[in-house]
Amino acid sequence: METVCDAVQLDRILEKYQYDPGSIIAILQDTQEVYHYLPRCVFPYFSGKLGISEARIFSIATFYENFSLEPKGKYVIKVCDGTACHVRKSTAILDRLRSELGLSSSKKTTDDLLFTVETVSCLGACGLAPTLTVNDKVMGMMSPEKAAELLKELKEENADA
Amino acid sequence: MLKSREDLQKIREFYKERLDRQKVKILICAGTACVANGSLALYDTFMKLIREKGIDCAVDLEHEPEGNPVGVKKSGCHGFCEMGPLVRVEPKGYLYVKVKPEDCEEILEASVVNDTCVERLTYHKGDESHKHQESIPFYKLQKRVVLEHCGHIDATSIGEYIANGGYAALEKALFELTPEEVLHEVEISNLRGRGGGGFPTARKWSQVKRQKAKDKYIVCNGDEGDPGAFMDRSVMESDPHKMLEGMILAAYVCGAKQGYIYVRAEYPLAVKRLGIAIEQAKEFGILGDRILGTGLCFDIKISRGAGAFVCGEGSALTASIEGKRGMPRVKPPRTVEHGLYDSPTVLNNVETYANVPAIVINGGEWFRSIGPENSPGTKAFALTGNIMNTGLIEVAMGTTLREVIYDIGGGMRDGAEFKAVQIGGPSGGCLTKEHLDLPLDFDNLKKVGAMIGSGGLVVMDNHTCMVEVARFFMSFTQNESCGKCVPCREGTKRMLEILERIVAGNGEPGDVELLEELAETISATALCGLGKSAAQPVLSTIKYFRDEYEAHINDKVCPTKNCQKLRKIYIDPALCKGCSKCARNCPVGAITGQIKSPFVIDSAKCVKCGACVSACAFHAVKED
Repeated sequence: METVCDAVQLDRILEKYQYDPGSIIAILQDTQEVYHYLPRCVFPYFSGKLGISEARIFSIATFYENFSLEPKGKYVIKVCDGTACHVRKSTAILDRLRSELGLSSSKKTTDDLLFTVETVSCLGACGLAPTLTVNDKVMGMMSPEKAAELLKELKEENADA
Repeated sequence: MLKSREDLQKIREFYKERLDRQKVKILICAGTACVANGSLALYDTFMKLIREKGIDCAVDLEHEPEGNPVGVKKSGCHGFCEMGPLVRVEPKGYLYVKVKPEDCEEILEASVVNDTCVERLTYHKGDESHKHQESIPFYKLQKRVVLEHCGHIDATSIGEYIANGGYAALEKALFELTPEEVLHEVEISNLRGRGGGGFPTARKWSQVKRQKAKDKYIVCNGDEGDPGAFMDRSVMESDPHKMLEGMILAAYVCGAKQGYIYVRAEYPLAVKRLGIAIEQAKEFGILGDRILGTGLCFDIKISRGAGAFVCGEGSALTASIEGKRGMPRVKPPRTVEHGLYDSPTVLNNVETYANVPAIVINGGEWFRSIGPENSPGTKAFALTGNIMNTGLIEVAMGTTLREVIYDIGGGMRDGAEFKAVQIGGPSGGCLTKEHLDLPLDFDNLKKVGAMIGSGGLVVMDNHTCMVEVARFFMSFTQNESCGKCVPCREGTKRMLEILERIVAGNGEPGDVELLEELAETISATALCGLGKSAAQPVLSTIKYFRDEYEAHINDKVCPTKNCQKLRKIYIDPALCKGCSKCARNCPVGAITGQIKSPFVIDSAKCVKCGACVSACAFHAVKED
């Protein structure tokens, strides 16, 4: 299902940055905050409004790790794979999450769009290693068991909602 | 809006009086780590209890009631993340560790209503307990200049910063010193860039200063991408005004009108606090047109990164601020000549700017009296990994690794043995037992093939496989390579392939030599610092742990039993009771047998996950 862009919303973002093509990164960041990813429709729209090519916008969206061209799940889980977490065995947590949800390094989002599992390089909360974030909320001192427990809780939370 | 020196002095007195009136201050750590541990719930609990008990309370200096209220504030990072959430009570300086909401009432009763300490919540080590923050070994041996205010003031209050001597350096510079005199102090201090390179800050500033360009820029590199480093995050979150003050001083020296702070998107709290600080500074007339009524005009904008490690490199960072792909370019010309928007640009990191106010106030000579002659001052380090006291520390340059790891860090976890420490992240190298007495400073580290980098110290114990660590860093760098130049794009990929082969048990004789050759080529030919230093972790682990590489390649053994594919798991028939628990836990069905007789593992099917090892109640599943 392809998202249809809301021109009013996109214009509001463009106005905030005064239609400045130099602010394209910030514009894409704000757009992603609205849709949780960058839908196809934003490329021609911004290209027309900012007077820069679609290719240029696309090249930026694909260069920076934070931008996603695919829709993400309701719960985005990011497992920290910084050095400190790595030496405290974060890989086992990632493996467990992926196996529980049937995901892999290439398939990051579940088909029901409930979970996205990805890695992030260092959150700077190394004191709590190994860590992960759920929709940007940091959780520390994780273990594969706690991670499985977390999935269960999130599923229940979703069912209740 | 402050329009003169007198205005600033008056408001400082005003805030000081209010701050002094607070009879007790409760500082709840609101750094990223303590928040994750639930410190915000502590704040709410304290506030609720205070309201219930009808105690006068001051949440911010602007709205302080009469009399002697209790100050309750969310402070920045105290540094002792291992023990979080932390609560400090002033003026006694009590530090409570691992505080839970149910402890709040007791703290309030003891340390606010009465004047005593809740001993059970203080830091204990062995039989000793430490009531006061300053007596805890973790803090006692530190020298705090940059982190001076971290954990002691409310990070979102410009008033507290000013009351604690903030913007006094700016005041001194604007009203007593010429830009040349400020530059001279920085030059005498011999402050060297804290981002890793160690380039003299004064030289950078004077190169920008002497150019007659219309536009000049002051840029702060807050793209702290090294995994395992969070010094800059802490400063931005805990004491953002200190960094702004350093940038304004740089603008005064160089004649710049616009500044940018480039912050990683992974640090949302830092972005938020910096935003608040900039708004406050503008309201106070400390940023903007005619700062404090003088002719200085300077403004700062925040630019959020979007997740590219390479943007920590100067030319990539400026490209990213301009809204381009963050790819480095060939140098020279250097950033000081052709930086942001092709204009002369001062680019320093967070910690460097945060050092400047103290230098202007206390003089360059004072700064130079700390630490060794060639690397004066202090350095903040993030202490992480298999160490007892993880957290953020600041020590005088030249402190030895032993002091940092054992005296401040409290030694290794779980009685393990120290093996190595990775310093400087994916661009640095490792230090081993033989370097324990090496003084940590720019030049000494360079001599042994490591670098101070931004200051991440990841401590590793004897259960860590160094080949796997090298593979980890190479996979990080490979992933972050921007792809512009061939040596980095292709070279790191080939090195990673070889390392993956080795940890999977498929290493071939000659692999180590091949790694060394590739490393040399990449270092010599890559375009930017990321590529040039990409092979450092591999080279330094080969240098100090060559035997581990050889064990993986020749004997197909991982000496620390870390590399999963090299694990050898078997069932001891003498101990096996034939209960089938292991077989039921095996995810790939590699274990078979008859109930009540010993089971066996089919090594061709086994994925070496170890599920059977932890499942067996009789310790019959063993590892070679």
